[in-house]
Amino acid sequence: MDRRSKLIEILTNVTKKDIHIAPEDSLFESGILDSFALPDLVSALEQEFSIQIPDSDLNPRKFDSLQRIEEYLDSRG
Amino acid sequence: MAFIKEFGCWLPRRTVTSEEAGAWVGSDAEWVKNVSGIEERRFADETDTVADLAARAGSDCLERAGVEAKDLGMILLASGTGGRAFPGPACSAARLLGAEGVPALDIPIASAGSLFALSLASRLAAQLGPILVIGAEIMSRIVLREPRERGVAVLFGDGAGACLVTPDSGRAEIIDSVLASDGTYAEDLMLENGAPLKMNGRSVILQASRKIPAAIRAVLERHSIEPAAVQVFLMHQANQNLLDKIAATLGVPAERFFSNIRRYGNTSSASLLIAACEWFRAEGFRPGAPAVFAAFGAGFHWGALLARGAGA
Repeated sequence: MDRRSKLIEILTNVTKKDIHIAPEDSLFESGILDSFALPDLVSALEQEFSIQIPDSDLNPRKFDSLQRIEEYLDSRG
Repeated sequence: MAFIKEFGCWLPRRTVTSEEAGAWVGSDAEWVKNVSGIEERRFADETDTVADLAARAGSDCLERAGVEAKDLGMILLASGTGGRAFPGPACSAARLLGAEGVPALDIPIASAGSLFALSLASRLAAQLGPILVIGAEIMSRIVLREPRERGVAVLFGDGAGACLVTPDSGRAEIIDSVLASDGTYAEDLMLENGAPLKMNGRSVILQASRKIPAAIRAVLERHSIEPAAVQVFLMHQANQNLLDKIAATLGVPAERFFSNIRRYGNTSSASLLIAACEWFRAEGFRPGAPAVFAAFGAGFHWGALLARGAGA
């Protein structure tokens, strides 16, 4: 499974919603993600990609679209 | 050593339902309840000041403790809605309490203010004697400012809580506390003079949902206590969904987190002590059992405090 598909699977599990969204579209503005699902998404990303996301990186904008999440994961190597 | 001797609280009579508050922002009571757990909140009279509310909660606490205001070593008043840059409401509250000459210090950091004040009191009581900690807010005058934002206006209420911390004996011993501040996101939750409250709810919830459980775990681990062994978690009442999320993160039943947010909304720095007061009167500390206080708010400031029921 490629990373994009894995991200969509994670979002589906966290939000219990079907994810049909362009990579650059806002997950918040589209109604997929809300304030209380965001911490669960961050925890799921940590678990799935075996990374520790420091509190200093907990800016909601970093996780606002599939593209931004991928950019963040890229920045983490 | 320091002990919690007594709690006090005071709530305004006027009740504002979530149906009424929701209408301000084009929503209904069901939406307000779903996003926050709040069904109603109290609003103070137009003539009331933060110092008035603080003095009423403080008097309630002192009367129950049988302690006179003149015998206090210090008053610490947490409030983010004092209404002017200086002096803050602490000196006025002290005057209303009859605590002439007692040093009275403001802690204007909003939601985490009462927790910080409790922690400071526990460290100062041995030198200064009994310390009255108060949290008092009139949030209604903030949320009613235009423009009323959907994610802000419906959340807050008014009230005051108090706690008497003494150096010798009490209902629970304050064992330890952890406090922290990080100004990185200071602008994500702030109140500028005369302006509406500005809150980035996503940032606040994301940070709080990580930092509060971490602070609780940190203070418990210092004393080899598992979260499951804690009698009660007394929290800043910010949002029921957040309380439930923190309980799940710590792996304890949500019922262990005392909640009265349904009736009072978020009363900022007052909420922790109002919650503690109501819980204490309904249940009270079990001898030897750990109890945790925790809060997170503007700054960001956050932390957790560990107490243990006296008399084991």
